[in-house]
Amino acid sequence: MPMLNYLWIILAVPLAGSALNGIFGAKWPKRTVNTIAIGSVGLSFLAVLEAIREFWRLSPDQIPVVKNFFTWMVAGPFRVNFSLRVDQLTIVMLLVVTFVSLLVHIYSTGYMAHEGGYYRFFSYLNLFVFFMLTLVLADNLVLMFVGWEGVGLCSYLLIGFWFLKQSAISAGKKAFITTRLGDMAFTVGILLAFWTFSSVDFGTMFGKVTGMPADTMGHAGVLTVICILLFVGAIGKSAQLPLYVWLPDAMEGPTPVSALIHAATMVTAGVYMVARMSPLFSRAPIAMMMVAITGAITAFYAATIGLVQTDIKKVLAYSTVSQLGYMFLGCGVGAYAAGIFHLMTHAFFKGLLFLAAGSVIHAMGGEQDMRGMGGLRKKIPVTYWTMFAATLAIAGAPGFAGFFSKDEILDAAGSGPHANIVLWILGLAGAGLTSFYMFRLLFLTFFGRGRYDEHKVHVHESPRNMTVPLILLAILSLGGGWMAAPHLAGGVDHFEAFLHPVFSAYAPQTTGIEQQASLAGSAGEAGGMEHNPGMEVLHAVTGPPVIVALIGFLFAWWFYIKDREAPRKLAKGLRGAYLLLLNKYWVDELYQAAFIGPLLWISRNALWRGVDAGLIDGAVNGSARLARGSGGQLRKLQSGNTRSYATWIVIGAAGFTVLLLGLWMVR
Amino acid sequence: MVPVSYYLVLSAVLFGLGVVAFIFKRNVITIFMSIELMLNAVNLAFVAFARAWHQLDGLVFVFFVIVVAAAEAAVGLAIVITIAHNRRTLNVEEVNLLKF
Amino acid sequence: MTIPLLLFFICAILAVVGAVSLILAREPIHSALSLILVMIALAVLYLLLGAEFIAAVQIIVYAGAVMVLFVFVIMLLNAGAEERTNWSRIALWVGVPLGFFLLLECAHWLYGSPAGAAIGTGSAAATPGISTAALSEQLFTNYLFPFEATSILILIAILGAMVLARRDE
Repeated sequence: MPMLNYLWIILAVPLAGSALNGIFGAKWPKRTVNTIAIGSVGLSFLAVLEAIREFWRLSPDQIPVVKNFFTWMVAGPFRVNFSLRVDQLTIVMLLVVTFVSLLVHIYSTGYMAHEGGYYRFFSYLNLFVFFMLTLVLADNLVLMFVGWEGVGLCSYLLIGFWFLKQSAISAGKKAFITTRLGDMAFTVGILLAFWTFSSVDFGTMFGKVTGMPADTMGHAGVLTVICILLFVGAIGKSAQLPLYVWLPDAMEGPTPVSALIHAATMVTAGVYMVARMSPLFSRAPIAMMMVAITGAITAFYAATIGLVQTDIKKVLAYSTVSQLGYMFLGCGVGAYAAGIFHLMTHAFFKGLLFLAAGSVIHAMGGEQDMRGMGGLRKKIPVTYWTMFAATLAIAGAPGFAGFFSKDEILDAAGSGPHANIVLWILGLAGAGLTSFYMFRLLFLTFFGRGRYDEHKVHVHESPRNMTVPLILLAILSLGGGWMAAPHLAGGVDHFEAFLHPVFSAYAPQTTGIEQQASLAGSAGEAGGMEHNPGMEVLHAVTGPPVIVALIGFLFAWWFYIKDREAPRKLAKGLRGAYLLLLNKYWVDELYQAAFIGPLLWISRNALWRGVDAGLIDGAVNGSARLARGSGGQLRKLQSGNTRSYATWIVIGAAGFTVLLLGLWMVR
Repeated sequence: MVPVSYYLVLSAVLFGLGVVAFIFKRNVITIFMSIELMLNAVNLAFVAFARAWHQLDGLVFVFFVIVVAAAEAAVGLAIVITIAHNRRTLNVEEVNLLKF
Repeated sequence: MTIPLLLFFICAILAVVGAVSLILAREPIHSALSLILVMIALAVLYLLLGAEFIAAVQIIVYAGAVMVLFVFVIMLLNAGAEERTNWSRIALWVGVPLGFFLLLECAHWLYGSPAGAAIGTGSAAATPGISTAALSEQLFTNYLFPFEATSILILIAILGAMVLARRDE
């Protein structure tokens, strides 16, 4: 199996592309830069396909495929290898990352066509792909962390791509620093894991953890602590409460960046990490609870903010935060496959939403405020239809991708082994709000009369290199969920079945009963009751998630099509609540006052003025002054007066004599 | 006979007087002569000890001291003459250009 | 009081007088002559100690050559009287007695110590001095290297003196 032995090629090609574009791109024509960038990601994608082809032919005991390429660092018992791991989970992530990256690269050739620093953009983008693939393919926590940090770096570089814009630079710094807080916890988690397992390799850790007693809800052992620390890292990287604040600001970057990094791939790294560490999480119920609660609350919270935002990209940003909450909710209740499923479908429809939004912005000549749009439906049809498809998907319309994934998560939250009614209600409410604000976005942008100046803005459809990715993603948003479809009818969820070996390989035995229950639950419809596929489908299609989605759609239709004055009246009526949401619960201001302000004050006054200028400079200058002063005093010895010299000689001689005499007498 | 310690006391006295002259006189040549006085005192001590231990190493050392003192006197006086010609004074307090 | 002891005291007093006179003299030429007195007294003392060669060398070289050089230079430079300074009264009235006291202390210590006593009353009495032949033998065998080195030293001193004292024409 040649490809599986050369997995590093998947990583090496984007890295090479990044290096080439970075070093030589400034002098090359756009065509060459395009070829190298798209070519490298394309080649990586082809390599992934080839790897999948070989993977398909492996027998179950050959999976997971672990290939160690070289030993990276050794420090006593601490050993980190550059070793890559391929199992079903990896395959899913590889496909999503490479395919969506490829589409975004193609799209960017159109979107960034008139921008300066063209080669730099593609160099960073390729570099990002390299790091993301490293993260996904890594077989140990440290290599994963390399990818983790690397994608953070590329995110910073790309958010601040237009580095002459102050807001962009600040946003980049904010992103990096906020995720850094999470990374601190992540690092401690890695250290703790090493301390517990004497290794950071996944295989070794998972093997050892099966022999350890699981923590319980009442007892928080080292496993719980490790999981919580790692999850805090995920909170930062995947923009959950309270470290989500960087994601809305990250919209300062070019829209393809928002699509790729802040919707499809980087922000999902946290979810991937939790899923990958499922053997540990499954044995730490408190940590899982924390994951689920954080996910559910964030899902609801971010949705509420998204209700009143006016910038098209900001709405999508808060929507991303919210959807990530769903993924964590899924993982937190034990439905790891559902969480990953939602990750995949979200990559499709959110990526599409962002790219389509970019297309709208491109068509409007740079306008991003929805209040300045309207009536674009007929003018940019391709963009409209693809966006419409994505909106249906994210709202959870039956048959579209989002429906299946969201339904599975809410199902697990409501009636799975770790179900909790509160989480379910939060998730449900969030789904309703999601439907509302997404349709609001659609209606404001594409319906009604145009609220812009026809003479100033020349609305035009995007070129083919931008619309083709949109169409491809739309197809996936429609059909991407169908592999889970049979599950509704009581059959097998193919996606979950595919991922099943990964999550069951090291699952704790005590949940055997729960496993039986969930299996019975899904097969119960087959065994216990009458197996009626039609009834199953109807049951699913009229379930609570669909109902709330429909309610959300109706409200959006009422507010933005039927009665256009309704939003204003409601906002005036509920002024307090409206302001609260509009100002994003004043969280940024809170952080500024509570943390950033004092920190800056300490840095400026205590550390800079006090320590650096006062102590350190003072010490250095002081020692110089001391040398000078003492030198000044000592040089008075050189008075030029010979007699004083003579006196000093005599005094010295006398002293020396006394010393010798003393020594001689002591001896 | 004369106890050797008497010679040592005498040597110490002469040396002390030489130091006093060294510090307190202002004429360069007088200062020089006080150095010679100190050397003489030391010679006396050496000879006394040579006699006491019955070794002639002390006498050899005295020999060399005298020779070196002669050479030093020659060079030193040449310097004194040069200073006297340049500064037109023999007062050692006037020779103070080498200050900070 | 034996004759050697008497002779010692005479020469000692002469030497001390000469040294004090060196300090107190106002003219440098007086100081030079006082120093010559000291040297002659010391030469006698060397004879008393049995070091005839050294005594001779003291007279011939030290008193006869070096001091003559000093006198020549004094006369050449026309060294006049020193100015009188106001010596501190305190230094005079306190320093001198203190110095004297220190001297007595040293003497007492020297004489009272066992080493001093042994030296004092011991074999210094009977044995004769050291012969010149023995001295020269040591000088030309064991101390040959310093001997030759000092000859070079003298050469350098001559050169130095000539270069330094030359007036630029």
